[in-house]
Formats: sequence, structure tokens, C-alpha cells
Amino acid sequence: MNIFDMTIHALHAALKGKRVSSVEATTAMLERISSVEPQVGSFITVTPEQALAAAAAADQRIARGDCDLLTGIPLAIKDIFLTEGVRTTCGSRILDNFIPPYSATSWEMLRGCGAVLLGKLNQDEFAMGSSNESSAYGTTRNPWNTDYIPGGSSGGSAAAVAASEAVATLGTDTGGSIRQPASHCGCVGLKPTYGRVSRYGVIAYASSLDQVGPLTRDVADCATMLGAIAGHDHKDSTSVDTPVPDYSSSLTHGVKGLKIGLPKEYFISGLDADVQVAMDAAIETYRRLGAEFVDVSLPHTDYAVATYYLIATAEASSNLARYDGVRFGHRAEAEGLLEMYTKSRSEGFGVEVKRRIMLGTYALSSGYYDAYYVKAQKVRTLIMNDFTTAFADVDVMLTPVAPTAAFKIGEKVNDPLQMYLSDIFTIPVNLAGTCAMSLPAGFSAAGLPIGLQLIGKPFGEETILQAGYAFEQATEWHTRKATI
Amino acid sequence: MKYQPVIGLEVHVQLLTDTKIFCGCSTKFGSEPNSQTCPVCLGLPGALPVLNKKVVEFAIKAGLSTNCSITPRSIFARKNYFYPDLPKGYQISQFEDPICQWGWLDIKVDDGETKRIRITRIHMEEDAGKLVHGELSGRDDGSGVDLNRACTPLLEVVSEPDLRSSDEAVSYLKQLHQIVTWLGICDGNMEEGSFRCDANVSVMPVGSSTFGTRAEIKNVNSFKFVKQAIEYEIQRQIDLIEDGGTVVQETRLFDPNSGTTRSMRSKEEAHDYRYFPDPDLVPLVISDQWVERSRRELPELPEQRQQRFMNELGLPLYDAEVLTASRALADYFEAGVAAGGNAKTVGNWIMGEITRALNDTGTPIESCPVSPGQLAELLQLIDNSTISGKIAKTVFDEMWKSGKAPQTIVEDQGLVQVSDSGAIESIINGIMAANAGQVEDYRGGKEKVFGFFVGQVMKASKGKANPAVVNELLLNKLKG
Repeated sequence: MNIFDMTIHALHAALKGKRVSSVEATTAMLERISSVEPQVGSFITVTPEQALAAAAAADQRIARGDCDLLTGIPLAIKDIFLTEGVRTTCGSRILDNFIPPYSATSWEMLRGCGAVLLGKLNQDEFAMGSSNESSAYGTTRNPWNTDYIPGGSSGGSAAAVAASEAVATLGTDTGGSIRQPASHCGCVGLKPTYGRVSRYGVIAYASSLDQVGPLTRDVADCATMLGAIAGHDHKDSTSVDTPVPDYSSSLTHGVKGLKIGLPKEYFISGLDADVQVAMDAAIETYRRLGAEFVDVSLPHTDYAVATYYLIATAEASSNLARYDGVRFGHRAEAEGLLEMYTKSRSEGFGVEVKRRIMLGTYALSSGYYDAYYVKAQKVRTLIMNDFTTAFADVDVMLTPVAPTAAFKIGEKVNDPLQMYLSDIFTIPVNLAGTCAMSLPAGFSAAGLPIGLQLIGKPFGEETILQAGYAFEQATEWHTRKATI
Repeated sequence: MKYQPVIGLEVHVQLLTDTKIFCGCSTKFGSEPNSQTCPVCLGLPGALPVLNKKVVEFAIKAGLSTNCSITPRSIFARKNYFYPDLPKGYQISQFEDPICQWGWLDIKVDDGETKRIRITRIHMEEDAGKLVHGELSGRDDGSGVDLNRACTPLLEVVSEPDLRSSDEAVSYLKQLHQIVTWLGICDGNMEEGSFRCDANVSVMPVGSSTFGTRAEIKNVNSFKFVKQAIEYEIQRQIDLIEDGGTVVQETRLFDPNSGTTRSMRSKEEAHDYRYFPDPDLVPLVISDQWVERSRRELPELPEQRQQRFMNELGLPLYDAEVLTASRALADYFEAGVAAGGNAKTVGNWIMGEITRALNDTGTPIESCPVSPGQLAELLQLIDNSTISGKIAKTVFDEMWKSGKAPQTIVEDQGLVQVSDSGAIESIINGIMAANAGQVEDYRGGKEKVFGFFVGQVMKASKGKANPAVVNELLLNKLKG
């Protein structure tokens, strides 16, 4: 097996058994990146020198007998995470020259375990998009078929795993930005419960929805990564101080007697036939494994996309005000202050970011606030209540991740509404603040991956990881590799 | 027509915490520009605010001391606007559900009456940085941004429009100033902007119940300027109406040099701040226990202390007011009384000699070189006739200069009062012999010369003769 195709647990065993060094593994990954990047474009910045230095340090650590599960493992992270001394663009021209003076807590935790950073991954600009087409650094391509989008906004994070350019990656998920690209690229992606992972040092898109999570080759790796980044951070007031379970040790508990809800609003008649087939097969697999299915209802699902595009854009319009050219980032040449603001932001932001800033500014404006922002918050509460009610009867819910497999590059770029609707099954989870995971569950007729979504109760990551692991053990979807 | 002014005040109180409201940076004044900053107060991408608990404690104290209700679940909100000194493009403040609501202060108005001024709300917020123009940037036309002050904690205290004159406004402001400095939550320095005020002013015909259109006056940073700015603005609005014009809602800036206000921006140009709850901060939940603990920890407030000085120590109202001008002054007074001084006498000395010496040297009471214990010792020396009141002033001057104990000074300089009648009698005999003419005058009915003899005796004894003994002996001798 190629080193670059290994999972975290396989490479960890090899590192620990001294069959391979971290420098060798890192070198193999860097060579793989060089060979496939021209076709995929997962990275905005590759950091070979820092990576090899970190790998050498990890090898010394391993030689001392100090080998954590992530020590010496070459990873890559979305360019939304601040990395001290390494350029962080968030996919935007406005941060093209931004070198942060500090690092995100989640990356610091991985680094503390001895993980090696290969570089920073492509994404939709400021995480606003579902296709990676809004990146100022070119569109990442789907490794399964490079005419197709990888999904977004963590498109680079999913494509890098699928193309074996990193053993595992970190992404962020505001309305589906981990799960939808994981689904489109055939990897595992988990959005933890809001507050489970620190947001400190993660460039904010919509603060009440943003959450950090891993994208990996299999569920066991996902458990390892989540265990490494979860936990309370005193620098993030919204991070929650509840104990972090040992996700890895309980993976094999199985699903016998597990009650799985099927929300009827997610199995609509218009669902893509390939997706429907994959869902039916998954339900059959779980039945065979001993799980019970219960029909549930999430009655306010229809309002989720509209609610999301009011709350997320409102928060974004405020979060993105700091990119004004005064202290960091792009500053346009200008005569006066107003012109500097206007030109810097006009030149620095792309069209989708501008669209969302305008939407959000409008939603918060005097005279419209109650009709839009306040009403959206009320609907958000109803959506949360939907989940609470449904979870009174079930342990997890099973749904598609996206209505279709990946679409072609350019297909929806001029139709924002169609693009927004591709997140219809993922957005409600962010509004409810709970956790969900995407895992490989089949392929479309065109040979593109289809993902299955397992939604858990708040802080129920352990349960969805167990259910995901059981499914993975019973199927082969996750073993298929993109042929790039 | 006669007009009635209507005034409401918004006061910004900078809190005396060691660190900023949402990060651990120091709040020290006057450091190198941008030396007290971090990712949070610089508004760097990814940085998040964490609330400083001390700020909440100070806000609760301010609220309880102004008769406010403490909101059990209060919310931080973002106030959005662009300005180079505002790093995030929004200020974290409170909008709906501020920490304190529905309070009041009773202010003193003419003729010793009190008037209740309602306080709408007190909320917590962060300060902005400041712009530095000129040389700093190395270009003549350049401007720099110093973010040391960014994220410094402020309370904004908003009154109802209950004030009806500039004097009432100043009285309210002074009382609020006294409370926040008394609590030790603000240094009260108005020149440095630690305590600053915006005034909302309107006028209406006397007898009307409908308020006129108001103007908001910004940048008033002394009690004198508050009075000046409000009076100017009242007159400006009256003149405008009398001339057939109408007052427009606007923000006006006070110019301390000319004593006038000028338009800064109209209602149409006013910002739409697009307030919304800050998703980076969770709602602030304050339990009843927390409020009760704060209530127990409150110091005795100026009003209560005045009452106690009057009821328990027998001070007149005037003395009680003067001696509670600041907490340090009241503490000094009480320490003097506790050390054995008579309350009225200690008070007189503080209001007299000590205040004079403090003012002459620009010394705050906190650094008074004469301790309350030393003052009490000095007063005891008068009481037990060791020295006269006159000599005491000499001793006090020496204490101020040298910091020595009064007993030591009296002994070193031989200032002990002479009460021995034999010694005094011999002085009197000498003086009467040398001034036979005046003795005759006195005996002939010119009793006024008695003062002359007292003066001569005191002079001859270098002020040390006990005045009571001198009086008695002189009277006997002169009557012959």
C-alpha cells in the first residue's frame, strides 16, 4: 500500500513499529501533492519546509517512545484556520497578504499531539459557498471526476483526503460545509455539536453556526481527530465545558436496538433517484445489523434555508466589517478614508461575499430587523424544538447529505438560489446546534460518491460514530479510491 | 413666551479594572501606542471576546448604588459602524436587556429640597481606540491608530429626561461622579475622559406636556462645560423658536473655547447601528445570590454616611456634606475620631487647616503627610492644655513639613504651654510696671486696653502662656 493512501491508524501503527518515519511519510505526501495538485487544486499554500521540520521533530518524539495517535501524521487544514507565521487567506483576496501572529486552538491541539502540517486548503471565500467556486484561488476539482465540483465550503479539505494529499484534514461547517463536500468526495466528515470544539482562531463566517470538524478516510480516523480537537477553551465563550468521551474505545458497540429516525421531510418525492437507492440500501443494512427504524417529523424543515440565509448573512455582515484595510489585509490606494474603505472592500471581496454582506446588512437594518432577523431567530427556535421532539423517540436520525451527487463546475454558479438549496439537508442541523456526520454510502450512475448523514443528539457524537462505524464495517464504500 | 428646558444625560464611566473588558491586556493610561494590544483588542480575524468578571461586579455595584434593578439575564449586542479607531467594525455593547435598569438618584436642588432623577439603564461596553494625527505616520497628512484604549471597559449611565436646568444637570452629574469614585470603580478624571457626558437638551413652552425636539451635545468633559453647553444650547433653541424657526434633531459638538455648540450630523446622517445580539458571547446570567453578595460588599454610601455623621457624631448638615465629599476624606475624618479626637473639632481642623494645606500643595487627602492619628494627638494636646490652639497651628505646620509626632515637636521646640501662675504673674508684674499709663487708663474705665495687656503677656511668653490663666491673673491684677 502507498503511504499516502494510509489511514491515521494504519500510519500510526507503521510509525510506532518504526516501519516508516514521519519524514518518509511526509515526503511521500509532499510528492503526492506535487503530482496531483495540477489536476485537483486542493491547496492554497503548501508548506514543505515547515512540514519536514515538524516531521523530523515528530520522529525524535517517537524515538523517545512518545507516540500519540497523531504524532508524525501529515495533515492539512482549511485556510480558515489561523496558523502562526503561515499565510492564512480564507480563500479571499482581501487576506492575500495576511500572516497571522497566532494559531487557532484546534490546530494548536493537533500540533501539540505532534501532527505535521502539509499546508492550507482551498475553500469557498470566507466559507460562503457549496462548490468551492467562490474561492479567489481557483476552484478545487472533484478527484473522482475533475469536471465536477468537490462541494463546499471545505472543498479543499474533502478533495485532499479523496486525492490522498493528506491523511486527514480539518474543515468548518456552518450550513453543511464539512458534510456536503465529504459526501461529494466520498470521505467521512463530522460536524460536532456547537460548542464541542473551540472556534478561537477560526475566521468567523456566522458565529452562532460555525463549528470545526474533521474529514477523514474512515470513521475510526474521524473519532481520533475529534478526540484530539474537542474540549473546552477558555478563549471561546461559546465552547462548552463538558467531558470529552473516548470516542475511539466505544466505536465497536454496534447498533443492535439503536432507534434510528427517518424524518419524512427529508425523503421527498423529488429526491435524486441514485440518492434514494443509496438511502434505501443503507436503511436495509442497518436493519440487518439490528437497528430499529422510526418515522419522525421535523415539520419546520421547509423554512430552514430561508432562516439560515437571514441569520448567517446577518452575522457575516458584522463579522466581515473588520476587513477594512486599516490594520491588515488588502488596502487599496485611495485619497480619503471613505474611498479607502470602499475600494479596499470592493477589490478584496468576491461576488458571493458581497452578496451575503448586502443580504445580512439589509436583514439587520432599522425597519427590517423585526421582520427578518428577529423572525428568523424565532423560526430557528422552532427548528431546534423539532429536533428536541424527534430525539425524544430516537437515538439518531438518518438522512441524505445532499439532494444529489456533485454537480458540474459552472452548473449552478449563476443561480445562487439553486446553489443554496443544495444544503437543504445539512442546514437544519447547524440551526439546531447539534452534531451530524457524513459517510460514504454509494455512487451515482456517473460514478460520483453519495453520502449518508447520521444526525445525533447534542453532544451525541459518540453514538453517531458508533453507528457510522457499524455501517462502515458492513459495507465497502469507504474502501473505494478515486483513480486520480 | 416662557420656556422650560428638558435635559437627559448619558454618562460614560471608564472602569478601574486592571485588564480590558474582553481580553487580558492592561488598561494602563499613557503607554507606548499599541503596546497594550492582543489579537482580541486588535480585532484580528478569528479572535473572540471573553468577558472580564470584574467589569460585571463593578456594574452591579454601580447599579445597586443608584437604586437600579439588576437584570438576571442580560445580553451583549454589536453596534455596527465603520471608523478606523474601531477595530472590529462594531462595538460590543448592550442594547436590549442591559445589566441595570430602572434606577434613580435624589439630587439636591435649591432651598435644600431633593428631586428624584430616574435612571433608565446602565450598560457595559468596550471603548474604542484613538486616532493620532500628524508626525506619527511619518507623513504630514498621515494619521495613526492607537488601540491601547480599545476594549477598555465602560459603563454608560442613561438618565430619563427628568432634569429641568443646567444646575440640576450639574448636581446630578456631581452626585453620580461622587458615587462611582466612592465605589472605587472609576478614577473620575474628567480631563482624561474617565468620566464624560453627552447631554440631550430640548425646550418646550412652560405648561406644555409635550417635549420639544432634542439635540444631543457631545464632548462635554467638565462640570463647568456641562453647565455652559446646556445653557448655550437652551438659549440657542429658544432664540431659534422665537425667530420662527424649528429645532431639528441632530448631534452637536460642544466647543470649550467658544462656549458654543455646532452641528455635527443631522438625523438623516445618523448611523443605522444595526444592533443585534453578539453571537460570540453567551447571555450573562446573574443569580440573586450574586446580587446579594455584591449588596453586602457595598461600602456605606455618601448619603448614608452623611446621615450617620449627623445622627451619631452630632455634626451639622454642612460639615457632614463637606466631610463626605470623597470616601478618602470621610475615612480620614473617621480615623481621626476613632483615634480619640472630638468629632466637631476633628471636622473643623480637616475643613480648615488640612484642606488649606492640601489645596496649597495640591496634595490629595490620600497622601496627606499628617495622619489622622497624629491629628488626634495634636488635638489632645490642646484639650489637656499642653499647648494653646494658636501654638497648635505652628505645631501643625511643622508636622506637615517634617512628619514628626506633635508631642515630639512640642518638646523639641519647648512649646509646652505655661500654666504656672507664679511664672505668669512675674511677667504680668513686669509689663504693668513698664506700662503704668495704660494701667491708669484701664482703671479709669478704658477696659479696651485689657486686650493690649493680654497681647503683651503672650508676646513676652512667646505664645506659650495659658490664655485662660493669663486672663484670670490679669483681671485680678489690673483691678488692683
